[in-house]
Order: sequence, then C-alpha cells, then structure tokens
Amino acid sequence: MKRIKTLDTRDLAKSAKNGGCGECQTSCQSACKTSCGVANQKCEAK
Amino acid sequence: MIHQYKLKGYNIVLDINSASVHVVDDVAYDIIAMYEGHDRSSIVAAMLDKYKDTEGVNEAEINECLDDIEELKKEGRLFSVNTFEDRAHVFKQRSRVIKALCLHVSHTCNLNCSYCFAGQGKYKGDRALMSFETGKAALDFLVANSGTRTNLEVDFFGGEPLMNWDVVKQLVAYARSIEKKNNKHFRFTLTTNGMLIDDDVIDFSNKEMDNVVLSLDGRKEVHDRLRVNYNNEGSYEKIVPKFQEFVRRRGDKSYYIRGTYTHNNVDFTKDIEHMYELGFRQLSMEPVVCSPDDPYALTKEDLPVLFKEYEKLADMMIEKEKQGDGFVFYHYMLDLSHGPCIYKRLSGCGSGTEYMAVTPWGDLYPCHQFVNDPKYLLGNIYDGVTNEKVVGDFAACNVFSRKECRDCWARLYCSGGCAANAYHSTGSINGVYEYGCELFKKRMECAIMLQIAKHESEEA
Repeated sequence: MKRIKTLDTRDLAKSAKNGGCGECQTSCQSACKTSCGVANQKCEAK
Repeated sequence: MIHQYKLKGYNIVLDINSASVHVVDDVAYDIIAMYEGHDRSSIVAAMLDKYKDTEGVNEAEINECLDDIEELKKEGRLFSVNTFEDRAHVFKQRSRVIKALCLHVSHTCNLNCSYCFAGQGKYKGDRALMSFETGKAALDFLVANSGTRTNLEVDFFGGEPLMNWDVVKQLVAYARSIEKKNNKHFRFTLTTNGMLIDDDVIDFSNKEMDNVVLSLDGRKEVHDRLRVNYNNEGSYEKIVPKFQEFVRRRGDKSYYIRGTYTHNNVDFTKDIEHMYELGFRQLSMEPVVCSPDDPYALTKEDLPVLFKEYEKLADMMIEKEKQGDGFVFYHYMLDLSHGPCIYKRLSGCGSGTEYMAVTPWGDLYPCHQFVNDPKYLLGNIYDGVTNEKVVGDFAACNVFSRKECRDCWARLYCSGGCAANAYHSTGSINGVYEYGCELFKKRMECAIMLQIAKHESEEA
C-alpha cells in the first residue's frame, strides 16, 4: 500500500481461539506495583 | 474504533479491536479521519481541496487510498468490530486458579519514606515478620490452588523483605523442593530498598530470583528527599553502590531499578538519565500513589509537563539506542507481534482472582494495595478463600465492565487498569482513576511510536 504501512501485530481474533493458557506473568509482579497495564507483558505460549 | 495521533513525525493509526498499528502519510491520515460518517465522493472532494497544491494527490490517488482502507477493513485490521465483549466475563469467571502470590514476609521497614503506600511497611497495622511455617503454608496453598498452571510467581515483598532474609531463603529452598513432584516452576521476585544488601543477598538472589526490583528514585537530592531512615537521613549513598554491585554481578538476569516520581520531580527524565549514568539499563519509574492532599501529590497542572517528559524519555531512548547502548523502560516495553493474547488483555492484572497478597500471619487480600483493609479480607491460607463476594466482584471486573473503558482506545493495552488505584480514587474497584488513565494513554502512544521507530530503523 502506497500511503499506509501496517506493522506486524498479533492477530487478536486468532488468539481468541488459541490463547488463554494463563501461563503468563501477572502484571504487577514485575516492576510497577502501583499501576497496571498488560501491553508490556510477554506471552508464554510457544 | 480507531485512535489517530501524530508523534515525532509519525502519523499513527491504531485499530483498537484488532490492536493493529498503521503508519500513514498525511493524506491517508485525513482520509481515515473522515472515513466513518462521510461518503466516498465527499472525502475525495475534501482531499482534493485540502491538497490542491500538493503534487501527486489527485482523484485516482485518493480513490486508491480509499480502496486500501476498505481492504484493511475487510481483513479486520481497520475499523474492526468488537467481537470480544462476551468473552471477557466468561473467561475471567472460568479462570479461578491462583498463580501468583505477593508474600509480605516483613511488615516493617528500615526506611521511613513519607510517600510509602504501605505506611512504612506496616499497612496501618502492627509490625510483623512472616514465620517460615506461615510462608511454607502459603506456598502449599498456592500449589494446591494453581490447577494445571505450571509457572507460579512469588514476590517477596514488604515492608522490607531483607529484614526477614533467612525466611526468604528457607522459603525458596522449600519451594524448589516441591516443584518437581507437583510439576510446577516457581519464579521469584525480590523487591527491596537495598539497605541490607550484602554478598549473601547478591549471590543468592542472582541464583534464585528471576527478577529483582531495586528502589531508587534517581538524583541524590530527589531520592534523599523522601527515602530517608528514622533519623531523617537520606539513603542514596548507602544503597547506590550496593545496587551497582548487585546489577554488575547479575549478568543477563532481569532486574529493574524502580523509582517513584512525585510533584517534587515532575522533570523525572533527569532521574532516569541519572539512573542510566549510574550504569543501570533496566529502568522503571512510577507516578506516586497518594492522597491528593499530600504535599507531593501530582496535580492537574503537572499533567502537560509529564506528557512532555514521556516524549523526552522516548527521544532519550532512541538516542541511546543509536549510540549502541540503549536501555529498557518498563512501561515502553511492547512486543507487537507476540504480546498478550486477547484473554490477557480482557482480564487484566488478575488481582483478587489469580493473584493475591499474603500477610505475615497468613491472611489473603486481593493484592498488596488492599492489605489490612477489612472490607477486602478474602480469607486465609489455612481455610482458603472464604469471601466469595469480594472475589466475585474482582472476577466481574474487566475492561468492559466500566463505561469509561468501553469507550477508551487504550482499553486493550491497559485492560482496565489498577483496581486499587480505582478504589482509592473513587471508592470502588469499578471506578476509574482518571489521572492514571491520562498518564497510561500517553505512555502507550510513546511506546507504540518507539516500536514504529525501531521497525523503521531495522528496515533501513
């Protein structure tokens, strides 16, 4: 596409079928402790 | 829903439901802004008028761009519909295993930081240390309630956990001894103010702790203003050499130098720069959580300053990366292609459901920020979770349970935010801590922009 560049991102619709294993870290266990977000969490599924 | 913004020369378009990220030129940016609510002919006319003096912008070009937008829409990557709402509630209700504990091994502290949300480690209660027996029972409780989950997380927290170091070591040894037979893997984190770090702490932690969180607010004058001992003496000189040695010997293992910024240092990028100059490369800086009446509370007037600081931080990261010695900022970490699945994005941090805090005497709370609030006592490690009402409230709390989140572009990045912040600012875990939302959104805009810049430099 000439005017639009799309970055490679995870297909969330697909992750609704194969995601949800729950092995990932809880958001607050790393460095925040007083605020929260999930975007910076890693997915543990291989 | 989409979100458009311009930052550092990039025109960025986010598709919210698919979490797709697009970088576009000015024409496409304006067409996308008009796309919903206007027909093709009026978009073409508006663009021809706006870009009449721009070479290469003609009717055919505009129509080609509109075709591209429609193609992305068909692929579900632009103007995609929300198909996840029903799943949020079902998933969180289903997920009734506990996989992480914040172990309050010490409800006491050797520092007396005035901004401490834990009230100098006492959480408005009595000073106490967790016994090995209580900690052991907590680990057994975690294993027993973790279902088929393999990875279990335990954070040694306080107060100051190094004030109960022998128990920490015994608990790690016990956890390791029960891993294999239960098919579990423990991941330990230690959060410390650094005062009691010695060779033993460094060697043991660098072997056993997956992550260590080291509290340092940045510049000496900033750090020493609030992080003081009971004689009101700053702790900077004592802890910095210890942290440097700790990190030097840690090799590739994860750590965070974690600071808190307040109204006193809204120019917090100077503190991050200072951490960098001290040799640290994995950094985190959090806005203070406190009553609006506290003298160091962040104000409405601070917000635009903080926004600029977050942009400045992004610039600094790009610059250091170019120089070949980049650093990590916790809130700018983003893996667009292999980040969290939709379930994680819908269900959030897991407080009160899959994550709980354990007091020195074995009581359970939804997370460390609710400890000693009698309304939020969930039960204890011996009798299990008995307050089903509160657990149910947390289980029902998801990104679509708040109107403000439902309408927010950042909802699948923040997942509804911190329940404790919501509770402390509005009186309800279903409330919204608006100040935190503003900061979060700014951080995400910067984090996504950094990914785009990284992508661009890799392509170059």
